[in-house]
Amino acid sequence: MTDKKMKATRVSYGEAITELGRLHPDIVVLDADLSSATKTELFRKEFPDRHIQCGIAEQNMINVAAGLSTTGLVPFASSFAMFAAGRAFEMVRNTIGYGHLNVKIAATHGGISVGEDGASHQCCEDFALMRSIPGMTVLCPCDDGEAKAMVKAAYEHEGPVYLRFSRAASPIIHEKPCDFVIGKGEVLKDGNDGCIIAVGITVGEALKAANSLEAEGIHLRVVNMGSIKPLDEALILQCAKECEWIITIEEHNVIGGLGEAVAALCSEHHPVRIKRLGVQDRFGHSGSAAELLKEYGLTAETIIQTVKEMREIHSTE
Amino acid sequence: MISREEKKKLKLAGADIRKGIMTSTYYAHSGHPGGSLSAADILAYLYFHEMHIDPASPQDPDRDRFVLSKGHAAPALYSALAYKGYFPKEDLTTLRHIDSHLQGHPNMNLTPGVDMCTGSLGQGLSAAAGMAKGAKMTGRDFRVFALCGDGEMTEGIIWEAVLFAAHYKLDNLCILVDVNGLQIDGRTKDVMNTDPLDQKFEAFGCRVISRNGHELEDIDEAFEFFRKGQGSGKPCVLLFSTVKGKGVAYMENEAGWHGKAPNDIQYKIAMMELEAHRAALEVI
Repeated sequence: MTDKKMKATRVSYGEAITELGRLHPDIVVLDADLSSATKTELFRKEFPDRHIQCGIAEQNMINVAAGLSTTGLVPFASSFAMFAAGRAFEMVRNTIGYGHLNVKIAATHGGISVGEDGASHQCCEDFALMRSIPGMTVLCPCDDGEAKAMVKAAYEHEGPVYLRFSRAASPIIHEKPCDFVIGKGEVLKDGNDGCIIAVGITVGEALKAANSLEAEGIHLRVVNMGSIKPLDEALILQCAKECEWIITIEEHNVIGGLGEAVAALCSEHHPVRIKRLGVQDRFGHSGSAAELLKEYGLTAETIIQTVKEMREIHSTE
Repeated sequence: MISREEKKKLKLAGADIRKGIMTSTYYAHSGHPGGSLSAADILAYLYFHEMHIDPASPQDPDRDRFVLSKGHAAPALYSALAYKGYFPKEDLTTLRHIDSHLQGHPNMNLTPGVDMCTGSLGQGLSAAAGMAKGAKMTGRDFRVFALCGDGEMTEGIIWEAVLFAAHYKLDNLCILVDVNGLQIDGRTKDVMNTDPLDQKFEAFGCRVISRNGHELEDIDEAFEFFRKGQGSGKPCVLLFSTVKGKGVAYMENEAGWHGKAPNDIQYKIAMMELEAHRAALEVI
């Protein structure tokens, strides 16, 4: 990926919320002593009166955001995924979710690519937690363009939204402005031999694997499913019907994430063989983002190996 | 000072709220009468004297807000709302029923007049702090009242919220604590001591006053203390000492009545007592 432009989606979030803030005076941003890491410092510097520092108290921050939303403001509450979705889960569920309040939870540092800080900061459970809350929209972008489009879509959507961004840089996939719509996935590469459905930082790896296999005459479809909830059910079922099998990949525990959502949908409507790649029910570990993605099997190499296994199983059936 | 006439009106409102609490929990066969009865006079003062509200426009952006942080006292809140005219009083007999808008704990999207979903202790105060901050940011002068329980004071998020309120100088936030001294497992002092609450809140940067939560002159003094603090830059805490189960003799100061509904005979006895008390108020 060294030949491609890279950018961390948390940086995209900081830029997008600042730009959006210029257009919409009702946007306010909350932080829990991490604005330099969540990149909302850009917003804080430009709109100091609309940035609410909450100190290291994420539960309170989430409920304060809930209260603010009832006064006509549109709060974006920012912290690391571990603390926004994890520590503050019950507040997200009982105050924002149950009240169906117009609060946006912008969680950076999702997944293991957080890197050296290790397992305590590597949240691989947030999709599971957030998608199990009724009425919650759950989004995770693959690159800069999609991240910015998602921030805008989240603002325009009336109701609670959970956005997950990454600390580590990911390759630019959308060279042109991205038209993201909540509930819609996108086919990044066409093919019918098999389908890889990916989300977030793994989308680049899925494309890399598919392009590499194309040279071997294996035509894979690659779908970017940035809208974890609501899922693009029509697109997934179309893939299930047109492709022989599906591989899902995500920087999340295979329990409760995108893979399970896809598997549940297909098993009810169009059963097809599915392999879920992701964090295999393990905690994270310290290391560089690249080392961790390799160790946890979230690279193009693992995808290529899995594609070969899926083709082997399919040919013997 | 409130007038004699106003005092009588509020005493009658308190008596009505108590009747509503007993009726709703009786028909629900469950619920929390004890901590609802202890808060009845505070709610009577809020809903029938203090708050700038209009049942005809429950979403008015300039209205004062009320957050029942001790969400289990929902019967008291529903009773106050019904008697204020937010919905028919007959609805109180549907509390906790499958086809009712009156949930076991308050839901802002189902019940007119409820300003925030609560029930998980500690949750309400921090949401109320957000509302108060929102008022300051949007240039509105409404006030936010949050009623907490004394048992609830052990939740860590209470103190996160108080830090926030003091830091942002939320003098439009009024924190009311219904200090009835009892919680599910027994005396608050024994379960987890939080005394001295006044000194704790003061140390966190609040203005604090302690008064009796059943005597209207006392309640009035406490709210006057809050009103005088507008512009002080400090959140205000009203510590009301109350009696759990107040107004129903067999429930008073009994922790066992925290979360238990009256049976047929208990309901009849309670209503006779409350009716007699109300009738006495009428003739005074």
